[in-house]
Amino acid sequence: MSHATSDHAHKPYQQHHFESMQQQTQSTLLGIWLFMAQEILFFGGLFAAYTIYRILHPAAWEAGAASQNLLLGTINTIVLIGSSLSIVLAVHAARHADKAKVLKFFSLTLFLGLVFFGIKYVEYSAKWDHHMIPGIRWDDHHALHTLQQHAHAGQHLEELPSGIQLYYSLYFVMTGMHALHMIIGFGLAFWIMAKTAKGCFNEEYYPHIEYFGIYWHFVDVVWIFLFPLLYLV
Amino acid sequence: MNDAAVSEDAPRINYLTNGFSVKSWLLSVDHKRIGILYLIAMTCFFALGAVAAGLFRLELATAEADVLANDTYNKLFTAHGIIMVFFFLIPAVPGVLGNFLVPIMIGAKDVAFPRLNLASWYIYMAGGLTTLGAIMLGGIDTGWTFYTPYSSVYADSNVIMAGTGVFITGFSSILTGLNFIVTIHKMRAPGMTWMRLPLFIWAQYATSIINVLGTPVLAITLLLVVFERGLGFGIFDPARGGDPVLYQHLFWFYSHPAVYIMILPGFGVVSEVIACFSRKRIYGYEFVAFSSLAIAGIGFFVWGHHMFVSSQSEYAALIFSALTFLVGIPTAIKIFNWTATLYKGSVVLSAPMLYTLGFIGLFLVGGMTGLFLATMATNVHLTDTYFVVAHFHYVMVGGMMMAWLAGLHFWWPKMFGKLYNEFWAKVGAAVIFFGFNFTFFPQFIAGNMGMPRRYHVYDLDYQPFQMLSTAGAFLMGTGLLICLITLVMSLITGKKCGRNPFHATGLEWNKADSPPDTHNFTEPVNVDVEAYDYTDERIYRDA
Amino acid sequence: MNTAVKTSPDVASDYAQSVDALYAYLLGVSVFFTVAIVAVIIFFTIRYQRRKADEVPEPTKDGKLLEILGSVIPFILVMIMFFWGAKLYFDARLPPKDAIEILVTGKQWMWKVQHPNGKREINDLHVPVGTPIKLTMTSEDVIHSYFLPSFRKKMDVLPGKYTQLWFLPEEEGEHHIFCAEYCGTEHSLMIGKLHIVSPEAYEAWLSTGGAVSTVAAGDDPVLAGKTLFEANCTVCHSGMPGAIGPNILGAFGTERQLESGESILMDENYVKNSMLNPNEHIAKGYPAAMTSFKGTLNNTQMGQIIQYLKSAAE
Repeated sequence: MSHATSDHAHKPYQQHHFESMQQQTQSTLLGIWLFMAQEILFFGGLFAAYTIYRILHPAAWEAGAASQNLLLGTINTIVLIGSSLSIVLAVHAARHADKAKVLKFFSLTLFLGLVFFGIKYVEYSAKWDHHMIPGIRWDDHHALHTLQQHAHAGQHLEELPSGIQLYYSLYFVMTGMHALHMIIGFGLAFWIMAKTAKGCFNEEYYPHIEYFGIYWHFVDVVWIFLFPLLYLV
Repeated sequence: MNDAAVSEDAPRINYLTNGFSVKSWLLSVDHKRIGILYLIAMTCFFALGAVAAGLFRLELATAEADVLANDTYNKLFTAHGIIMVFFFLIPAVPGVLGNFLVPIMIGAKDVAFPRLNLASWYIYMAGGLTTLGAIMLGGIDTGWTFYTPYSSVYADSNVIMAGTGVFITGFSSILTGLNFIVTIHKMRAPGMTWMRLPLFIWAQYATSIINVLGTPVLAITLLLVVFERGLGFGIFDPARGGDPVLYQHLFWFYSHPAVYIMILPGFGVVSEVIACFSRKRIYGYEFVAFSSLAIAGIGFFVWGHHMFVSSQSEYAALIFSALTFLVGIPTAIKIFNWTATLYKGSVVLSAPMLYTLGFIGLFLVGGMTGLFLATMATNVHLTDTYFVVAHFHYVMVGGMMMAWLAGLHFWWPKMFGKLYNEFWAKVGAAVIFFGFNFTFFPQFIAGNMGMPRRYHVYDLDYQPFQMLSTAGAFLMGTGLLICLITLVMSLITGKKCGRNPFHATGLEWNKADSPPDTHNFTEPVNVDVEAYDYTDERIYRDA
Repeated sequence: MNTAVKTSPDVASDYAQSVDALYAYLLGVSVFFTVAIVAVIIFFTIRYQRRKADEVPEPTKDGKLLEILGSVIPFILVMIMFFWGAKLYFDARLPPKDAIEILVTGKQWMWKVQHPNGKREINDLHVPVGTPIKLTMTSEDVIHSYFLPSFRKKMDVLPGKYTQLWFLPEEEGEHHIFCAEYCGTEHSLMIGKLHIVSPEAYEAWLSTGGAVSTVAAGDDPVLAGKTLFEANCTVCHSGMPGAIGPNILGAFGTERQLESGESILMDENYVKNSMLNPNEHIAKGYPAAMTSFKGTLNNTQMGQIIQYLKSAAE
């Protein structure tokens, strides 16, 4: 009934409760940014714990970071930045309604994501082999041995630094939460690719692709923070 | 508009009559139906929480253990706390009244994201049922605060399941908050400027900000407890180098603002009811509106006052104490302004108004006793005693629950198109008010005398106060039953009402039917009046 | 109800009195404002009650005066509270140099106390009148909180770190000790009595049985075991009223009935296993409430306790 009084034609993708397409676009964009704000606070709790424990146990943090595989971490950082770039290109392609390119760049993003997970698997399994997963597979003797092998020159570890389990617990929680966000991203990407293939988007309507870009950049930025904090100190 | 002629004799389809199947409710994206879903679910949770309270109140009537074993007692007060805080106090006003009213009050057809809104309800239910499962399958005995390392290492109860339930429910709050912020920003009808918004909307807006920014911190904190307990990760356990006080910081960073999540929507309700039943614009509208935002803002920086004896630094405690006093100022302003609104008004002591005035009285006591706890030297003595229990019940129950009942009675005719029995509604309000005071006032005295909270057996000195408290609790329970019966009976025998039975201002009363149409409004909405303009004669036409 | 109902806490020190003075100020301000505002509301609701159904009052113009007064007056009053409260708190923060240091360890669900000469007690605390007492506190398990209501003092007791609480007992008497931080099943039984006695009586108390407890471990295993038993086991296992465990003094060498219906001989192995894995065999009629002493007691100490239990059964 109220539709009859609207003086403008509804686009097929405008939801009935919005008065105009502009209102819908602005609303969803604000919604996405608010969601990002809560994500920041979510990781913020972890960063707060990280900061406090790092101040309390500097030696553990130094030894822990030294034990990480810097090369793999760096490659992974580059891989993720690449995947972000690929999403930028996908959004650009969407703007020109280039369906094939959108699908291509989404595939590339997913592929790079898989590469990231592959490398992460190598890193996690090394921790498993060295008995360095707190609570699940931890052994003081093995852990000390591994830390001594990786210790920076001039640094000698007689015993496990206090709080070393905190470092690894936070390492697994933080990288794990980051990985969980990537897995959710994978699900979203498949959904959007299916919609793209079905032809749901055109040059003026492709919000899902754009918002996925924001989300994926956020996940990338979290890693950009995690990498120096956990690998470099 | 050709069906307009039909509606002259056949009753118009409204949101309640738009489909009667279970599916038409459970899959509805109509914000009003979702509000009703919350109302039903929340009433059930409230009843469970109240039964738990009744049981342990019975135990506490005497100093010895005579009804419950210590373990059962601990599990009951924990169940009471978790259910009431996470499944009643936090979602009550936003989930039910907020969902129902926010779009209508600003002249929108729905919230910005209706499907997300329905998803929020399902998330709430998933969290609620998970927590309920934890309580039924052996219970949880950590207290609602989940303090580590008791919760993460030592407790022998369903911490993981309950923690997961609360974690899940958190996302319901976050998404509802997000939905309301976007709705209030982007969905207002033409002419509905910020300064014309009802104060209920301002309160929902401030609440939503806290929901979006605070809840994720609680989520990650509970997740860390679950990891520590379930996987053996070391986070808060001192045996692995962790710091249990860090848990308290993270927990209260959310859970103190959560107090404002609970009470701010209540403030919003009170403003609406007072304006209507004194036929006056709320005195100092801008001050009341912005004080909500001020409370939400400062409220994020006072969490440490829960931890004056926790071994945090004395200087941190000093700052937290000062900021806590500051947050009292905007609260005081609100109370002064509500009182001033009555001045030279046209005051009617209807049932919602009785609840509202009850709210002001009880919330005053709650706020004033908050000063005792903000003051460092007295806090050291009173913290973790019954004084604290009494204080937060005056704020949460005396404040928030009274406001919730005020709102429910106020908008009940709008939600269901039926009037309740005014006499019994007033009796309910009076019995709840007196029962409440009987229950909680003696606890101030017991607390100042040193009785620690969460004690299953206690010293005989405290028995007279605990006996009064138990008697009061059952009086209050009677009042709640009267209230429930009155409202439910109104659905069956209540008189039908028109659009605006109380002659209130606001789009929900003047542009929407009772109960509202599925799309809220049957004509385009244009706002051309200020909020609470009781001189506008249009509001007196329809009853 | 009898007329002797107490409504205010005992006052055991000058500090408690100054906290009460602050409390009285807070109470005064609170009562004044609560009564005043409620009175105004009641007056307004009666004076301005609606007389005609269609009555519409004149709108009141918003004034700034109420907002300014409503902010400034509360601000001044609460700042007084803030500074007064903070001053008291900081004045009473540091213990005097001449304080007697007593070690307190919280453990689910008891307070273990050790005096400077090594004498131990459980839950109760004996102190001499007139000397400041400094409690250095830690916990073996969860967070507890040491609460002396008569002194208006309280401090959390945490695992993995030490906290302090001090007070000056000024009069002889008995006062409550409570655990104020919820710590599990028997939280409400984690209570004791503070005995403030004359310095002479304190000295005498320290030396009675003190000779026993100050004997170095190993000198006499039975005596050392007695000390350990009193520090760790007495509360639950010596037949005190309300104890949650069976009385095991004198039970060594006898058959014990278990909850499972079986019975088992109380010998060295059984006692030791019960200290390490308390819930493997539950005594008939008692809850599975004991926690393991693994890591708390070493092998020698467990041996000493066993020797003491043996001697107690002779």
